[in-house]
Amino acid sequence: MEVYLDIVASGVLTGLVYGLMALGLSVIFGVVRVVNFAHGELTVAAMYMAWVMAGSLGADPLLTLPVIAAALFAVGYLLQRHLVERFIGRPEHEQFMLLLAVSIIILNGLLLVYGPDARHVQVEYAYDSFELGPMLLDTVRVYAAGAAVALALGLYLFFRFTDLGTAIRACADNLLGAQVVGLDVRRLYALTFGIGCAVVGASGTLMVLMRDATPQLAVQLTLLAFIVVIIGGLGSMAGALVGGVLIGVSEALAGFLLTPSLKSLFSYGLLILVLLLRPEGLMGKRT
Amino acid sequence: MKARALLGVLFALLLIAPAAIGAYPLAVLILILHYAYLGIAWNVMMGFAGILSLGHALYVGLGAYVAAALYASFGLPALLGAVPAAVVATLAGLGIGALGFRFRVNGVYFALLTIAFAEFTRILFDHMGWTGGSSGFFLPVEHGHTNLIALRGPPILFYYVALGMTAAAFVASHALMRTRLGYAWLAIREDADSAAASGVDVFRARMAAVAVSSALTSLGGVFYAFYYNNMYPEQIFSMARSIEIILAPIIGGLGTLFGPVLGSFVLTLLGEGTTSLLEHFGLAAPGAKQVIYGLALLVIVMVRPAGLWPWLARRLGVGRDG
Amino acid sequence: MADVLLAARGLSKSFRGLKAVNDVSFVVNKGEVLALIGPNGAGKTTCFNLLAGAMPPDHGAVILEGRDITGFRADQACRAGIGRTFQVVKPFAGLSVLDNVAVGALNAAKHVGEAKERARAVLDLLDLGHKVDEPASSLTLPDRKRLEVARALATGPKLLLLDEVMAGLRPTECDRLVEILAGLNRRDGLTILLIEHVMRAVMKLAQRIVVLHHGEKIAEGAPEAVVRDPAVLDCYLGEAEL
Repeated sequence: MEVYLDIVASGVLTGLVYGLMALGLSVIFGVVRVVNFAHGELTVAAMYMAWVMAGSLGADPLLTLPVIAAALFAVGYLLQRHLVERFIGRPEHEQFMLLLAVSIIILNGLLLVYGPDARHVQVEYAYDSFELGPMLLDTVRVYAAGAAVALALGLYLFFRFTDLGTAIRACADNLLGAQVVGLDVRRLYALTFGIGCAVVGASGTLMVLMRDATPQLAVQLTLLAFIVVIIGGLGSMAGALVGGVLIGVSEALAGFLLTPSLKSLFSYGLLILVLLLRPEGLMGKRT
Repeated sequence: MKARALLGVLFALLLIAPAAIGAYPLAVLILILHYAYLGIAWNVMMGFAGILSLGHALYVGLGAYVAAALYASFGLPALLGAVPAAVVATLAGLGIGALGFRFRVNGVYFALLTIAFAEFTRILFDHMGWTGGSSGFFLPVEHGHTNLIALRGPPILFYYVALGMTAAAFVASHALMRTRLGYAWLAIREDADSAAASGVDVFRARMAAVAVSSALTSLGGVFYAFYYNNMYPEQIFSMARSIEIILAPIIGGLGTLFGPVLGSFVLTLLGEGTTSLLEHFGLAAPGAKQVIYGLALLVIVMVRPAGLWPWLARRLGVGRDG
Repeated sequence: MADVLLAARGLSKSFRGLKAVNDVSFVVNKGEVLALIGPNGAGKTTCFNLLAGAMPPDHGAVILEGRDITGFRADQACRAGIGRTFQVVKPFAGLSVLDNVAVGALNAAKHVGEAKERARAVLDLLDLGHKVDEPASSLTLPDRKRLEVARALATGPKLLLLDEVMAGLRPTECDRLVEILAGLNRRDGLTILLIEHVMRAVMKLAQRIVVLHHGEKIAEGAPEAVVRDPAVLDCYLGEAEL
């Protein structure tokens, strides 16, 4: 029985990091209304950044996280300003093609520079664990999940209580109204895309504590982010975390009870059920 | 008229091409025709009826596995095996369509539903023992005998089969667009409410689009199975394959008849050309080709978001539908 | 006693507890032009949506030529003989003007060729004959309104539902459309039910008027009598249309 507790707990912790990654997707879609198909590629790019810094500087990913998030913010800002901006309001398939091209370039750029081998980041506390009642929790997962929750909370406070966050929410709720009152929507969109990518950067950095970086991981992570966001409910910040936890736990249990290669079968099954029965997601608002 | 003349010339050139070219260009042409065919099949759903599928690899895979398994187990020739292959794929398509349309899953959400079903099936096949699981399924290769019905023979046989399939699909979709159903699809693509108010049964017309598209796509899968003689769930059902299928029609021009053909020529030649160039200069590192491919794709999407064919058609002075 | 073409019996529809249409009954006689008027938010368009199958009513029945068509889908209602326009016009933007109308005409035609001929005839009638090859997206708003009427008319309806087709037209354009519709009614005996704010058009076209207010029918009768009805004047108080 205790084995199950450990597995569920580990799934919850991993799921919180999934949730943070999905939050980046949700923020961008919720405001800019563009589905970021390069999401997993950006996450993996952040993982490689963390690996490079850990290798050359010996820096713990938890310490390089702000640097990587800032770098990804810049990437997102420029991406929106120079590429995505012209595709706002255009048909979905055109936006899809644009971001697909971007994802192909990032993915294969990583492959070209770093090769196909898995890259592992070694931290001192890799094999440590916390005892919590009957449960044994991996230290890395506890740190990663804690950071993910703290960042998600920070993001919530930013959108709720700062002027910039309020302005961005205004764009999402009522674009015309936002333009009428004189908000610089193009700048706000670029900032939002930047923020979404910074969140991705942070989640990638946390992810590398738990998983090795490989270019092939990117497509899986893009799909994973979609699944989490749809299950939790697009545009719901709490929903992204709940969706992440749900997927994290279902993956952990399926990996333990069946075989690890079957774990995403349940994620896709869950996605299909949610799409059909509650398309607004578990925490989304009914329209 | 001009469009027909141009098409006639292109078809005649493709007919005599094998006499003039070597084995490698022939293989490239087969690849071009295969993706042009799959693009035409996908275009029926997205280009005509406006239903976005990002999971067409599902139908390729089902078609390939069903026909290949029937041939390997019972010796059923490919052209006969194509019938059950198409039936299975069409039923899968209709099932997904019925669920999606009845539950009002639209646009990007429907696309995600198609991805989910394709990925679901990929994982199932990965764990299915009697089709070889993740280590793949292979067809016996017999050299030296040619049999059109069984799709066994040298590359030239497959070249003409691919050409025939592409031409037939092209003509069929041209004809379909001039039927009641074709008009219904276009109307739904433009505005489903207005289409319904004009007497179009939206659900049935959408289901018909899914049926035609999945059936045609599965025949492409049959071709794939017998041409390559091997299939791995990891590849044939993958999201990457689904995306390869949709690139040509989108780059060529969504909803146009000639777009998928043009797109396939451009993209395949781009890919093969980059490979040869990189090899020539000794730069063929993994990923290099795809980076250049991605950059070229980015440029095309930025410059011609509506696709190459509408622009080229204007240049040539022919109707955009070709 | 005139022949009844369509009867709405006790139609009701609520949205989140708000009664958009509440127990509305009226009949449309064969060959007449009936106008449905009322202030904004009176439930006129919802009423149309119930008749044309865009949404099912919560209660009540829709009877067309004695046949119960309640709960029909939009396409079934169209095939049964109800052609409708949308208040916010919804042309098939990517298609040519001719193909837009041909889609409607296919409802009544045996094959595409016949539908195209039909579409041409209808477009000529609505003064759009010279624009058949233009894409619908390039049309001006008045032309889009006429295209919408043409598409609905081409379906070969027994009853044509027109939802504010005069809005946004200049007086001369409005008069021309009234003339065309009056001709269709008189010459071909086409029955028309229209929602209209432009009273100039209502008074010229309609033989009877039904007034809705807050989802309920408050008056019905000949145009001259209805516009003098105190209850009607009351509900329009503060509204600019009358």
